[in-house]
Parts: sequence; C-alpha cells; structure tokens
Amino acid sequence: MSDSVDLDDGSELLDQQLTSDRMVVTSQWSLIWYKFRRHKLAMIGLTVTLLIYLIAATAGFLSPSVPSKFQPKFTYAPPQTIHFFKQNEMGESEYFPHVLGYKTTVNPESFKRSYVIDETQVVPIGMFVKGEKYNFLGMFASETHLFGPIDKKHPFYLIGADRLGRDLLTRTLYGARVSMSIGLVGVALSLVIGVILGGVSGFYGGIMDRVIQRVIEFIRSIPTIPLWLGLATAMPQDWPAIWVYFFILIILSLIGWTEIARVVRGRFLSLRTEDFVMAARLDGVSEMRIILRHMMPSLFSHIIAAVTLAIPNMILAESALSFLGLGLQPPIVSWGVLLQDTQNLRAITQAPWLFVPGICVVVAVLALNFLGDGLRDAADPYS
Amino acid sequence: MNNRKKPILQVKNLSVDFPIHKQTIKAVQDVSFDLYAGETLCVVGESGSGKSVTARAILQLIVNPGKIMQGELLFESLEGAVDIAQLDKKGKQIRKIRGNEIAMIFQEPMTSLSPVHTIGHQLVEAILLHNDISKAEAKSQAAELLRRVKIPNPEQALNSYSFEFSGGMRQRAMIAMALSCKPKVLIADEPTTALDVTTQAEILDLIAELQKDEEMAVLFITHDMGVVAQIADRVMVMYRGQKIEDGLVQQVLEQPKEAYTKALLNSVLKLETPPMHAKPDAKPKTIIDVKDLKLQFSSGGGLFKKPTLVVKAIDGVNLTINEGERLGIVGESGSGKTTLGRSLLGIYPPNEGVINYTRKTGEIIQIEKANKATLKSIYGEMRMIFQDPHSSLNPRMTIFETIAEPLRANTDMSMAQMRDRVQFLLEKVGMPSEVANRYPHAFSGGQRQRICIARAIALNPRVIIADEPTSALDVSLRHQVLDLMLNLQKEFGIAYIFISHDISVVRYFCDRVAVMEKGKIVEIGDVAQICDAPQHPYTQKLISSVPRPDLKYRKKPLLQTTMAYGDV
Amino acid sequence: MLGFIIKRVLGMIPSLAAISVLAFIVIQLPPGDFVTTLVAQAAEAGDTIDDAKMAVLRQRYGVGDPILVQYFRWIGGILQGDFGYSFEWNQPVSQLVWERMGMTSLMSFITLMFIWAIALPIGIYSAVNKYSFGDYAATLFGFIGMATPNFLLAIVLMYISTIWFGNSVGGLFSPEYVKADWSLAKIWDFAKHIWIPVLVLGTAGTAALIRVMRANLLDELNKPYVEAARAKGLPEVKLILAYPVRVAINPFISTVGWVLPTLISGELIVSTVLNLPTAGPLLLQALKSQDMFLAGAFLLMIGALVLIGTLLSDILLAIIDPRIRLS
Repeated sequence: MSDSVDLDDGSELLDQQLTSDRMVVTSQWSLIWYKFRRHKLAMIGLTVTLLIYLIAATAGFLSPSVPSKFQPKFTYAPPQTIHFFKQNEMGESEYFPHVLGYKTTVNPESFKRSYVIDETQVVPIGMFVKGEKYNFLGMFASETHLFGPIDKKHPFYLIGADRLGRDLLTRTLYGARVSMSIGLVGVALSLVIGVILGGVSGFYGGIMDRVIQRVIEFIRSIPTIPLWLGLATAMPQDWPAIWVYFFILIILSLIGWTEIARVVRGRFLSLRTEDFVMAARLDGVSEMRIILRHMMPSLFSHIIAAVTLAIPNMILAESALSFLGLGLQPPIVSWGVLLQDTQNLRAITQAPWLFVPGICVVVAVLALNFLGDGLRDAADPYS
Repeated sequence: MNNRKKPILQVKNLSVDFPIHKQTIKAVQDVSFDLYAGETLCVVGESGSGKSVTARAILQLIVNPGKIMQGELLFESLEGAVDIAQLDKKGKQIRKIRGNEIAMIFQEPMTSLSPVHTIGHQLVEAILLHNDISKAEAKSQAAELLRRVKIPNPEQALNSYSFEFSGGMRQRAMIAMALSCKPKVLIADEPTTALDVTTQAEILDLIAELQKDEEMAVLFITHDMGVVAQIADRVMVMYRGQKIEDGLVQQVLEQPKEAYTKALLNSVLKLETPPMHAKPDAKPKTIIDVKDLKLQFSSGGGLFKKPTLVVKAIDGVNLTINEGERLGIVGESGSGKTTLGRSLLGIYPPNEGVINYTRKTGEIIQIEKANKATLKSIYGEMRMIFQDPHSSLNPRMTIFETIAEPLRANTDMSMAQMRDRVQFLLEKVGMPSEVANRYPHAFSGGQRQRICIARAIALNPRVIIADEPTSALDVSLRHQVLDLMLNLQKEFGIAYIFISHDISVVRYFCDRVAVMEKGKIVEIGDVAQICDAPQHPYTQKLISSVPRPDLKYRKKPLLQTTMAYGDV
Repeated sequence: MLGFIIKRVLGMIPSLAAISVLAFIVIQLPPGDFVTTLVAQAAEAGDTIDDAKMAVLRQRYGVGDPILVQYFRWIGGILQGDFGYSFEWNQPVSQLVWERMGMTSLMSFITLMFIWAIALPIGIYSAVNKYSFGDYAATLFGFIGMATPNFLLAIVLMYISTIWFGNSVGGLFSPEYVKADWSLAKIWDFAKHIWIPVLVLGTAGTAALIRVMRANLLDELNKPYVEAARAKGLPEVKLILAYPVRVAINPFISTVGWVLPTLISGELIVSTVLNLPTAGPLLLQALKSQDMFLAGAFLLMIGALVLIGTLLSDILLAIIDPRIRLS
C-alpha cells in the first residue's frame, strides 16, 4: 500500500537482498557496528579518541619528565629537534640519538632572554631511561620513561618549555589525563542524573514530565559560563586539589545533564507508543521487564551516542573555566590550566608553543564529535 | 469514440536505476506504453513494482539518486514533438511542460501543499507561471478553479492555509492547482490512497468529470484493483520494475494473459468470494458485553490549564461478542474503531459504561474496573494483533524471544518446553521452525504478520482483537493472512474482533459487522445484510463508495475497440 | 497576534523569577557574608573597619535577616532600580551595569546578525549541493569551528595580529574615542574594532547553525510539497527559496533560544581576553573578588537579556509561520 516515496520501491528490493545473506541472524550491535564502520570520519574519531585515552592513562610512562619539575634557567626554552646521528672524531656518521643544548644570551637593554642552539652541547637521549619518579597507572612507582635524556638533569624540551622551564610535552600529556577524565567522569555523573530524570519524564509523562521539561528549558536558557563561574565562587579557596577537581565535576554535570535527559525522554516517549511495547504489555510482561528488556536495548545505543557527544562539551567547559582562573588551579595540570599561560600576549609571542595544549583540545573535541556523530547515525540500525 | 490515432505521450523502453550502497536497484526496466487524449490509463502494481517511479520519470521528477538510464518520452507539446528524456531536468523547456502541459497530483494531500503559504498564493503562482495575465485576473481564475473542484467559499479558501483543510479538501486544492493551466495530461500518483473511501469516491468522480470537460489524458497510478475497474479505460500491470501486460480494462480484468496478472486478480477476487459464514448459534455464549461505553480524549491543556479540546472517541456503544464468532468493526479514520478495540483490553479507561468479560470459568469481570493483576490474567485469554507488523515486533529480539514472551510471563514453562511450544506455533502459522533464531528484519511484512499471529495464539486465547491486520500488506498477501486466521479459528475456536476500514476484507472474513461513525455504532448485523442491503444512510454511502474490482459495478462506459489505438 | 505577544510576555515572568532566585543563590553562595569579605579586603589594603561600622553595614543590608527577607529586599530594590552597592568600585551597582550591559546586548545582536548572514546562505548551499566540494568544506569548517574554544580563537587572532601587524587588537574603540561622545567618527571607529570580537564570537555559532540549516533543509527538500511545486514548473532557485527554505528557516530562527545563551557565555570569555568594555570582564572580576551584588545584578540582567532575545525570536517566528500564529 505504501508507495509514498519513489525510494520505497528501491529499498523494498534492497530489503529483500539483505535478508538473503548473513544479516538474518545478526543482533543489533553487529548491525550498529556494520553501519558505523561505513562512516569513515567516525572511524577516525574512534581511533583518535582511543589513542588519546591510552596516552592519558600511560602519561607518566610516555612523558620524558614529570609536570612539576622546573628549571628556571630554561624559561621559555624553544623546542629541540631529535638528531639520530652524530659525527665522530673520524668524521663518520654514527647512530647516536641526541638533542642539542641551549646557549642563553640576555639582551642588556630589555633583559629579555633568548636561546641559541648550542652545537657543542650534546644531550644524549635514549629509550626506557631512568628519570623522575612517577606512579604508573596510579598503582606502582616507576622511574622508567619511554624516552628522555640519559641524564635527567640535562634539558630536554621537545615542544619547548614554559615560564618556569617545565617541559611542555610532559605537562600536555599529564593535562590529557585531567581534561579527558573530567569529560568522562563528568559525563558519567550527568548520565545518572539525565537518565533518571529523562526516564521519569518520558516514561511516566504527566505532571512530572512537564515540571522536568520546564526545569530543562530553564537551565538551557541560562548562559552556562556565567552560571558555572557563579557556582565556582562557592568553592573555598583553600580546598585541596582533588576536592576542587570533584567540585568542578559536579558543577559541570549539574548543567550538562539536560541534553542526555532530552535524548532519553524523547526515546522513551516514542518507545512508549511503539506497538511492540504495547504488545509486550498485552503479553502480560511486568513493567520492570518492559523497561529493561524491551525498551532499554533500543535506548542504549542512543544514550551512548548522546554521552559521547556530551564529553567534548565537558572538555571545552573545563578548559574555559580553568582558563578564566575559576576552574581547576595549579598545581593540577589540565589543558585549560596550561592555557592560562597564553593569556599573556608577551609570553605567546615569545613562546608560541604554549598553544599546543589548545591544539590538543581541538583535536580531542573534534575526534569525540566525529565519533559521537557516527554513533548517533548508527544508533538506530533499523531506520 | 473519435479516431485518435496518434498518442499524446509515448514512453519507449524506459529504464530507471537507483544506485544505493554500491548496488544498483533497477526500479524500472524497459517499460513502454502510449497515452491518448481523453483516456484514463491505470498503472497498477504492488509496492516495489516501479509504478510510481515510472510516473515521476515522465516529468523527470525522480528523487536522488534515481536516474533515467535509457528510453524516450515522446510528448506532443504545443511547440511540436519533444523527447522529455533529453531535456535538462532543471531547464526552461521542461519547466514549460511541467504544470502547464503535464500536471501531476500526489498521494499525500496532507503534505503536498506548503504549510506556510496560503492556498491562494500557491494557486496564483501556478497560474502566473504559465500565463501572461495580471495578478488580479489570476486571483479570480484561482477562485473559479476552487469553485470547479467544489471547495465551498472559494474566495475565503484562497486565504486559508493547507493545515486548515481536511485531507479531501487538500486533495481538491491540489487538483485545482494541477488543472490551473489546462494541462493535456494529468498524472495522478495514488491520489486517493491516503483518503477515506467515501472521500475517495468523491475525488474519483471529480477527476472523471474534469477529465471529460477538458479532454485530458489521465495516467492513474494505483494499487487498488477496485479503482482500476471503476475508472480505467486501459490498464498496464507492473511487477518488479517491468511491464507485465497492458490492454483494455475488460481484457486485462476478464481475460488476463500473464500468470502474474492472473495471480494478482485471483487474490483480489478471492476476497470478493467469501467462504461459508458460520450460522449463528441459537444460543450464543457471550464473551464480551459492552454497555453504553463512552470515552473522551482531551488535549491542549497546559500545566494549570483545563484541556481545550475534547474529542468523543466513543460515544455510547453497545456491543456483544459471542464465543467463536468473527465480528467486524468497520469505519473510516476517526470513527473510533481502534479506540473501541483497545478499550476492550482496558488500555484506555472509559469515562462511562461497562465492559463485562465472561471468563472460561463463567466468572464475569468488569474490565473497566479491573486492577492490573486481573487484567494481566485476562491478557492470556484476550489477545491483540496490530496493524503494522514492522513496529509490533521488537527489532532487537529474536523471533523465539518475541513469541516466548507471553509464555514466560504467564506460564512456568521450562526453556525446553518454550522451545517446543514456539516451534509448534511457528508451524501452525506456516513458518519453518528454524527462523526462531532470526531477527524480525529478516522477514517481509506478510511473514512478520504470521509471527505476530503466532505470538497472539501462544496462550490459547479465546478472543483476538485484530486491528487492521491486513491493511499494511499487499493485496496478494491479504487473503493468505485471513485464511490463516480462519484456519486457526477452526482449530482452536477463537473469536475474532476484526477492526478494519476495508469493506472487502470484512466481507470476506466476518460473520457479523458493526459500522461505526463518529464514535457511534450506526448499524450492526450479519455481513450479508450490511454489505448487500444496508439500512442506515451512512452504511449505504460507505458500501456504495467502495470501488469493487468487478466491471459489473462500473458506472463509466467501457471503450469497445482497440482499433483507436493503432498497434495495441 | 497581540494576544500571542501578551501571552508570551506573561509567560516570561516565572522564568524571570527563577533567574532572580538563581542569581540570589549565587550571591549567597560564597562562604561568609559580604561584610566579612569587605573586612578581609580592607585588612588586605591595610585598613580596618571597626565593629560599629560593621554593625551599621550589617544593619543597612540586613545581613542577619532571614534569607527570604533578604531576597525580597534585594528584588524589591531592583524593581525600584536599586541593584545594591559594589564594594570594590565604591559605587551603586546600577551605575556600573547599564553601560556594560548595553554594550553586551549590542555585541550579541550584531554577532547574531553576523551568524545568520553567514550561516543561512552556506547552509542552503550545503544542503542543495549535498556531498559537493563546497558542502564538505562547510562541514569541515563547521566541525573545526565547534571544536575550537573561542578564547583560543581570540588569542590566536591577537597573536597573529601582533606578529603580522605589530599591534594588538583589543578593545572596542581607539584610545581617543573611549571617553568621547557618540559621533559618526566614533561609530566608524567602533565598526573598525567590533569585527574581531564578532568574528571570534560568531565562529562557533556560525558553525553550529550551518549544520542546523543544512539538516533542516535536507529534511524539507524531499517533502512532497517541494515535489508538487517542482511539478508546477517553478524554476529551481525560486522553488527552493520560496518553499523548503521558507519552511526550514523557522526552526533556524528558533535556535535563538540556545544560540543567545552560548553567545553570551562566549562573550564573557572573549571580552576578557580582548579586554572589551562589556559585561564579561566586570562580571568575572566581581565573581573573583566576591563583589556579589554586582555579580548578581549581571547574572540577573544576562538572564533577562536571553529571555527578551528569545521572546523577540518567538514573535518573529509567529509573524512568519502561520501555523504558530493561527493555532
């Protein structure tokens, strides 16, 4: 009877072709994966995201130093290049990985320090070197770094140093840990609030739904950053770093849950009127089983997509708050905290590598958005 | 009839492809036909036959990624013969033909008009596009057109928006727009499918009347053999993108040459020849007894506001359903038939009235007052089959899980017992038992409906409420599903409440019929009495509006000769 | 129509009340009352405030009163134009907020217009030429625009202008015009400065709205009414602009409800980076120094600004969409 769109004709035939092969016994997740895989950008997003989280988890091992190690004589030291070969006394090239040290000159008028690469200072580097102590995966102490200077006192700044002569590469890698985890944990918290309120709103409807909808509408109509800032002022200045971290988390998720709630409610509303849910009810299935067995599986993929799309917003929000000085504070290292240094125009003209954490934010947010978009498109493989 | 040797439109070897996901779907393959002035050519086929694509190809209106691969579309335009297939689909030449010489009306009157422009604006635009006249003249012409399509208060209607009109009125407005430039050809793509049967009759009459006035050729796309029998001069049958056969309507309907046409007609005609209907028992045992049922829906209320809109969905219904009978509930959209069916299951609580259900044990339960536990126990005896087999099966559960769900909820069967039972049920509905591990997307509409039936009979029910169970299916599948339901009744003695808008399936399937209009039952009686000798004026109108696939009910004269068409 | 407007204006009242409560909560959040904050600030500056003066201040601002009384006193004052007193600036708050809020409103408005002017045509182009090179370019720009924090964009622009042109791009006026009265010359100077913050602020919104417009229009392009209009013989460009775009523009306009809040959020950061005389830097300063009456006033007015913006967009929507107007 349906011949409403021309394409109907086509998809009907396609349908029959699909049914003939292995698709007949594939479950929803295989179908979602099948659909997701066709989305190239999403696959790139997935790879990059996994890579970033892997890096964040093993930041201690991957980075050549530790974030707190400072060497004031290397303030804003520029990036070094890795050389793999060195000419020995005989004039032959031999394998000898190293970087070159710095010669410092101070301009007598402006007292501005500038660095020149010093060809005579050879800093030998290697793999699995002993360096500063750190905690691997937060479980056991280690001194072994994937790569770094053989002698930990030598300068080694692959992407440059900051104002206190700290290694920016190390700090950026550690920053990934905080920035990426705040996205993940914050979203977990939003998820709990969002699923409960969105679920109640969508499943029961009525007065509860209307009240929750009003609250969501209201929260979404408030500019978030002023509100976050306002809430952040409630934080006592003398709190330890970990408390600040969780406080910021809570503030972010207090506002971030609305989108997840919206998705959950929308899905619940449309599922509630779905014939197969009515059929289950007429089968005599209990309310609990209807929610868990009949509705949840089709909600799941949508929730995952919504959650993935919420993480980048959390990351952006954290970086903005910390940038303004009302979020995380040093000594916590997050990308937003690192970007505080870029507020000084003089500093960035002298040390443009201070933008590197910003690039990381953009890459991470892009990757998560690609991933989330792909997930959302694949979330309903039956459409 | 005059001698019209030359066709106004010749379609030669038309092929249309849709490249989708690395594969190409051949929607239309090598289709040829002619269209003559003043005649109605019906293109008939099931979904997926390519009939719609063929129609759209004539004006190069195929949506992406569809493409005309080959063929000629020779049209006798005002400016001489032209091959439309060769024209640029966004070019000036084809635009001069569209709307002006070949006009088109569509299936969805609800969405075929712009929601943000007035009817008048859209009409005037169409007139000015092809006529060099002033805006005021165009406006008066537009009003005149609305009058011709019998829209009341044409001047006022010009300033109305489409959402203020009913479906039938919108389709009239669409027809007015199509006729605005006196086209030589009207392509009508299932223009009445989305409409109620009484509205359909009015629209068909209107098209026929206008066609006669304007000597217009009509290419009418439909899936409904009844419509074909009533309006076609000639018929072309399509299947899977190919033309199966064509000819005068009496030839194709009465002496079909091809096997597919025969099969298609058989499935239609089978519905016209009902099986033996059960003789009513002298002392029928009542299962469900409905008294003075009233149910209102309200909407438009806010957080603190009272609802502004109240719809009386059911307005005082009395009804009894007896053991083992097949009761049909017939009505047009909005008549309240679906609501009635669902309220019998306690899904919608009524505002007034009583629904008494007599259990096997003789115990009488008032459904409207029953609590959840009682209702749950009744759900094993009263089951439901839904209209859309696509949405009534959870796509994320296997067939076994779906059919076993009522068993799990209502019995203490072990896993092995459930497996056996599901296998038994699948065999009963004519499905191989190995499908149990598959997911619903592996099945066609007809197969899915069989699975839904298996779920419905899983608990040996006494009553099944079937809400339009065949209307989402192609006609060739309908009687198969109905026959399956009949066989199951013979075997298990199930009573059916069969809700439908389609008189032909009701006539085929039901013993007794209740006709609903605006929430009331206007007439109830034996199927023969309702269908052949209706008493109530509404029933009479309803029955007479149904286009029968039988030429003896045809009002329009038949063309007697094929000679007029040269080589046919 | 008038009834619609009145209904919508009345509907704003609960939202405004909710915002005022929220702003008041923020005022109350910092530990200790503001008199103690004041004392601490004075102590930092080497001053002392004696107990008697503290008592007077507490008395005057009713610090010891129940929270509800304090709220109603605050809101009552605001209704009479008294927003409280800024201790940092030693001025009534009302003298500080109006000009800054005016600048913020102006900048938000200009940015919104900028976003619409850019996003609308690109979105239409993208949808009509789906999967073309231009569409991919717009999509890529969209993604990057949304992924870049606007403070970063502001700094990068400042960095580039410093490196290339040797001067920084902060502020909204050249120094000689900051205090000057409005004149043609001042407006011209303003126009020369405003484009950078507008560009920075508008990028994320433009990126988002291109995607919104593209998606809306793609939904509409395959609707039967478009096909019906095409079957009438309308030229393609006219057809697309008159029908699907006309319909797709409605949800586009209703995005004001969430674009405006994000704009104002962004304005806060960008103005801080670019040092603009808008609400942002002053609010941030007030929050940092816990000058809570000033902060509260800004929060309240920012909320009101969003509500008014949304109201205007709703009215606009009702004007162009008969379905809203007539229902």
